Amino acid sequence: MFEIRIHSRGGQGGVTAAKLIAQAAFHDGKCATAFPFYGAERRGAPVVSFVRISDEPIKVYSQVRNPDMVVVLDASVMDATDVFAGLKEGGAVVINTTEPPSIKGHPVHAVDLTGIALRVNLVVAGSPILNTPVLGSLARIGLISKDAALKAIAETFADPRNVEAAKTAYEETKQ
Amino acid sequence: MLTTATGNKAVAAAAKEARPGVVAAYPITPQTEIVEQLANYVADGSLDADYIPVESEHSAMAACIGASAAGVRTFTATSSHGLLYMHEMLHWAAGARTPVVMANVNRALGPGWNTWAEHTDAFSQRDTGWLQVFVSTVQEAYDATLMAFRIAEDERVILPVMVNLDGFSLSHITQSLETVEVGDFIPQFHLSHAIDTEHPRGYGTMTGPDIYYRFRWDIERSMRASREVIAETEAEFARRFGRVYGPVEEYRSEDADVVIVALGTLGKEAEVAVDSLRDDGVKAGSMRLRWFRPFPRLDLSGREVVVIDRDYSFGFGGVIAQSIRATTRAEPCSVIAGLGGQEVTYDDIARFVREREAGKETWFGVSD
Repeated sequence: MFEIRIHSRGGQGGVTAAKLIAQAAFHDGKCATAFPFYGAERRGAPVVSFVRISDEPIKVYSQVRNPDMVVVLDASVMDATDVFAGLKEGGAVVINTTEPPSIKGHPVHAVDLTGIALRVNLVVAGSPILNTPVLGSLARIGLISKDAALKAIAETFADPRNVEAAKTAYEETKQ
Repeated sequence: MLTTATGNKAVAAAAKEARPGVVAAYPITPQTEIVEQLANYVADGSLDADYIPVESEHSAMAACIGASAAGVRTFTATSSHGLLYMHEMLHWAAGARTPVVMANVNRALGPGWNTWAEHTDAFSQRDTGWLQVFVSTVQEAYDATLMAFRIAEDERVILPVMVNLDGFSLSHITQSLETVEVGDFIPQFHLSHAIDTEHPRGYGTMTGPDIYYRFRWDIERSMRASREVIAETEAEFARRFGRVYGPVEEYRSEDADVVIVALGTLGKEAEVAVDSLRDDGVKAGSMRLRWFRPFPRLDLSGREVVVIDRDYSFGFGGVIAQSIRATTRAEPCSVIAGLGGQEVTYDDIARFVREREAGKETWFGVSD
């Protein structure tokens, strides 16, 4: 079983990102569950959501404590939250940033999701959309297939800029 | 069709497939997504139902009772305080023999204000005459909702059915879901005592001491008959759609020395605890209770039992632990865990088993 924890801020679509990853994994023929940790919902506050991917049906409903991978949609949450807490040895980190940090013992995949969203004008109510392009990054590092990622996005959002941004993120994610 | 869905969306999809004529509902977290989705179905024309946006849960159930008494299939959904607000009408629905189907997304009761999973809301309705089933996956939420209509409307039952799913832990989790074309699995609803304006009759009239008890006995007779109807329905569901359900889901329990009894998502996570206990040489198994009313007949002879209650009856004990004491010869170790969404992992469950003590009650996380 592969476990992922996603860090974002309320309103940035981390919960939807988790759902999309599960949907893509499902298209790849895997079993997957996605769920948010619901606290008191507050826009802008640090939030986490979880994805589990497995070849077998998943029976675990409790939160992910020792993720195999951490995804950070908003690097500013790192000031308030220890996003690496419990991360398994050698576990990968995917960060939306232009200044990739160096984390000892963990491969860091940096990508400027915010810049990509702004370039393709994927902006809603003044906020760049990060949860669809991040699927391109996750496809690039092999978590899900590229076809499944684009399919999951296309069946969830009608706006083609979501797929476009994911394709761009796929190209620009550092392996 | 194979897809992915949340527990809430799965319930809404099943309710739509059952083609109710009336949906009366009032929103409450974490159930809102169900009635919101049904409203979408009615608005886009994919569900031909009267959608009644009432002003309270009491009215939602009253509207469902009225429609059902007219011979119309009805559905609603609620949670927690919404369910409690329906309490009077829940008794009425069973007493009036209106087979309403309702999803209850299990949520703790305030104060303190809490929107997370707990089963006390459903258990506090245990004497209303409703059948109650508890589910543990998105697929099961869908399947149980479909079966609920067939069971409720069977002429040997004609009682309302409540489908319970854990708030957030299941209502908001995304998993794969295989939807079905229900066909004639749910036969056309026929209510023999339905309101007929051509042949007017009195409903809800004064029922004196000379006859009232007969109506009560009639409810119990139907509740007893429902065991057979549930078994038939689950067997027919397995034959048509390939997924097998029963009153209890047993996991590695056949040769087990110690059995974990739990409901809902905790009952499913207990299976992971069983695997890890077995790896350590502890012959553990689990029994996830699916039906709460009618209460399953369990064979626990010769085995130790650890009951996890995500509920509590103050001054008495965990509802499931006490029910096990009342219906078997077991002297269970009772663990109160998961109240108000308290995080309980499979490691915690395995520890409950390792530290078990027959007859003892423990509150997880409480040391005084």
